[in-house]
Amino acid sequence: MLDVAVAYNRYKYLGHEFLTWLWFMMETDKAGLKFPDSDSIDLTVGNRIVLENSRHNRDETVTIKGDGAGLEEGVVALQKGALVTEISLAAKTPEAEWRFNLRGESLNITSFKPPEKSSESEEGDTEQRVLGQISQVERIENILHHLYRQFIRIRLSGDWSKTVVPAMRRWMIQSAS
Amino acid sequence: MGLLSATLSLARYRVDGRIPDPFMDNVRERLKNFMIREIDNDPAEKSSGWTCFESPYEPDFDKANLVFGTHLVFSLRIDKKQIPAKVLNKHLHAAVAKRLTQTGRNSLTRNEKQELRDEVARRLYVRIPATPNTYEVVWNYEGGSLWFFSTQKAANEELESLFSKTFRLSIIRLFPYTEADLTCGLTDDQKDLLQQLQPTVFKKEGTHA
Repeated sequence: MLDVAVAYNRYKYLGHEFLTWLWFMMETDKAGLKFPDSDSIDLTVGNRIVLENSRHNRDETVTIKGDGAGLEEGVVALQKGALVTEISLAAKTPEAEWRFNLRGESLNITSFKPPEKSSESEEGDTEQRVLGQISQVERIENILHHLYRQFIRIRLSGDWSKTVVPAMRRWMIQSAS
Repeated sequence: MGLLSATLSLARYRVDGRIPDPFMDNVRERLKNFMIREIDNDPAEKSSGWTCFESPYEPDFDKANLVFGTHLVFSLRIDKKQIPAKVLNKHLHAAVAKRLTQTGRNSLTRNEKQELRDEVARRLYVRIPATPNTYEVVWNYEGGSLWFFSTQKAANEELESLFSKTFRLSIIRLFPYTEADLTCGLTDDQKDLLQQLQPTVFKKEGTHA
């Protein structure tokens, strides 16, 4: 394996491509996203998307904030060559909703908000609360792991350049028009 | 942003290797060996070490509950002292004046001034209480995964260094490359492809996408 510090910097782009692909999939082929087991999950973009354009050694950052973070402004940035570097996501099941941000370069999960707790669970003993919180994080980590595994397998296959990238380019053009 | 907060932030790690039996005795012993050292009333500027999740300010690894379900839960504590710049300058100014009077000289060399600055800082550190920061660690030992409830670079570096020293196990942060290489079940051929991968160019020159 490569040196970890070298690999972190060299493969940042892979995390940015993952988030850009994830956004594309959420917009065009939600049913194509693979979730663990038989989880019925609705994954949507939350209230923040950050895009960065590092082409030609010129860093340009576009941050889109607000509920239903705008596709249009983001797509314009994509068209100029930017990629998604950070995205806020909401994962919903019929019973619960989790909100969190995902950073592309580190795959760190930040601002993670588990489903609202009942007052009973708030008052439970520490062990119960810890176990409850661990199971919430595990659920989201598992979902993200499945999505990343799906992405990396496509990314390493011939389908990426033959099918996926042309489809993403078409989406960028069509979404802006 | 800790484990029981309403909002969490975390970095994820892969841990490889085994701790010899008796497992829990060894875990407790190693955590004790690298437990946080109090530095109040001490000239040290910084201290870092392990503490208990439920009693971060009075750690007792002999009594603490470390096992929650299938996870080990404990915390990294980093205590730091910060002298306000203006306070340091005031005390340094007085120390320089005193030294010049004692020696009958007009000025101090750069090195002498730096030594005096360090000495003044040490004296002030004894009088300043350290600010403690605690960050939870949730370690799924059997699953080889670990969560660290901070995404700050310095705290993560401290975790990696202290964890390796304490447990003598390999701890690797998960980010796009390591997540793909270590956790996605890639074949050897796919791992080779991963190493040769180049960024995708979505925008063709002269076009809109």
